[in-house]
Amino acid sequence: MSAATVRAVHARRAGFIRDVINLGGRALRSIPRDPESIIPALIVPVFFFAVNVGALQDVVEQNNGFDYKAFQLPVAIVFAVTGVTRANILVLDIQGGYFDRLALTPVNRLAMLLGFMVADLALVMSLSLPVIALGLIVGVTFETGIIGVIAFLAIAGLWALAYNMLPYAIALKTGNPAAVNSSFLLFLPVTFLTTVFVPEEALTGWMAQIVKFNPVTYLLQGQRSLISDGWVIGDLLGALAGIGAIAVVSVPFAMWALLGRVRRT
Amino acid sequence: MTEYAVSTEKLRRFFGDVVAVDGIDLAVREGEVYGFLGPNGAGKSTAVRMLTTLLMPSSGSATVAGKNVVREPIEVRLRIGAALQDAALDPKQTGMELLRLQGRLYGLSGRDVVRRIADLESLMDIGDAIKRQVGTYSGGMKRRLDLAASLMHNPEVLFLDEPTVGLDPIGRSKVWAEVRRINQEQGVTVFLTTQYLEEADALADRVGIINHGMIATEGTPAELKRQLGSDVIVARVEGDVEAARRVVAGIEEIEAVDVYDEEISIRVANGAGFISNVALALSASDVQVRELTLRTPTLDDVFLHVTGGRLAQEEVATEEEEQ
Repeated sequence: MSAATVRAVHARRAGFIRDVINLGGRALRSIPRDPESIIPALIVPVFFFAVNVGALQDVVEQNNGFDYKAFQLPVAIVFAVTGVTRANILVLDIQGGYFDRLALTPVNRLAMLLGFMVADLALVMSLSLPVIALGLIVGVTFETGIIGVIAFLAIAGLWALAYNMLPYAIALKTGNPAAVNSSFLLFLPVTFLTTVFVPEEALTGWMAQIVKFNPVTYLLQGQRSLISDGWVIGDLLGALAGIGAIAVVSVPFAMWALLGRVRRT
Repeated sequence: MTEYAVSTEKLRRFFGDVVAVDGIDLAVREGEVYGFLGPNGAGKSTAVRMLTTLLMPSSGSATVAGKNVVREPIEVRLRIGAALQDAALDPKQTGMELLRLQGRLYGLSGRDVVRRIADLESLMDIGDAIKRQVGTYSGGMKRRLDLAASLMHNPEVLFLDEPTVGLDPIGRSKVWAEVRRINQEQGVTVFLTTQYLEEADALADRVGIINHGMIATEGTPAELKRQLGSDVIVARVEGDVEAARRVVAGIEEIEAVDVYDEEISIRVANGAGFISNVALALSASDVQVRELTLRTPTLDDVFLHVTGGRLAQEEVATEEEEQ
């Protein structure tokens, strides 16, 4: 690099969309290089699908023509996508100083979060496909056809984006990998205190009460309606409302944590 | 009016009750290599984080490349490059991917990115490793990649925070050579922090010695050394050091005597003429002389004189402040 070969380039802001694309590309590249965090995300839904169906199919389907596999497929999808994030990469960026290296550039601060979420969306979609394929192989059919499958995937994607703001918020707020790993605990009440094993009408006592307040109950209902009932607008709106209910909490939390991280205090 | 690349006025930063940077005034000229010399915890990194827009000052003002770090952070970011402590790079990207992303974030076109990477190839000197993930690099390779990343967008001012910590002597001199070249061939102003005296001496046009968040003294390395008088006689002794100090201080024409542990530094205009007087005085006192040397002053002597401490020994004590 001699003086003669130095060519003038002029730094400028790349713009919000380009920033998201550039950082999204980096987050996407990290996925295949991080298989240890991807493989469990695929094993968990398949495992629960097999175990739940194996253990409960005969009990739930007694005398009523209920299709328990169809009932369990949305559960498997929720397990596949909930909390599957690149927040572990973000927190390592913060800890290792790469987050600062990025913050030294004129990059849009919101893009520093949204870039990861682009990769998340791609990841949860690609995790959902084999799970849906498994469902189809074991005989689940969508009443709403291929458009229904797309709607099903879209709902799963929106849910993942809304929920995943929480681990990102924890990563940004704490900068602590252990705290991000512990955010897995949130997954338990959200995904188990709902109609995960049996339909709502079969639940009794406190469980019957509590599932009414869990947004995932409505998410599952909406997704199940796409498989079993056809286009039920009320159920689909319910699913979107459930996603909205999480987003109302998670998005402001994540924005607050992001601002705190980049506010220079 | 001279245009300053970095200029600060009463720049301060608190963390709770701790004052990390306590009112520093800087005026670094364009094209200069300015060395910020001080032990760990002196406030060097905090100052750099403020100047590079990562941290808000608690009070005072700072402009970098003519732009205000508080009011115009984006304008500052476009004009500066920085390699912060420990070569903070993403281990899962390849060197090439990392540089490309860096260029893209500064809005460079694909063609410019390719050109700049070609420009920086000899600086990085990592050959085909550029296609490997950064996690596989040695410390020196990471440093050079980090340096290249901070230069992708042709910055006007380059901040280097402890650029050679953890490098072996060969790696260190390689980084020094590159810093000199960047400065001399491209006219990039370099603001460098270091706890190594040789580094400040070798690279910096001017040095500011920072201690407890304040600039203790400032000048070219030669000026700083001249401040001390022309020679230093160093006596390593055993016994009553304080008594020995009094004896030596009583010798006529001795300019100053500093004591650190068992080492007595004696500054005098004509060292060769006086070393025998010092030897006689010490032998008449109650101390055992282990070593008696005469040399010209180093920045370490300057540091000892202005702060009362040695650089190397202070490294551990106040490390947490720097974080």
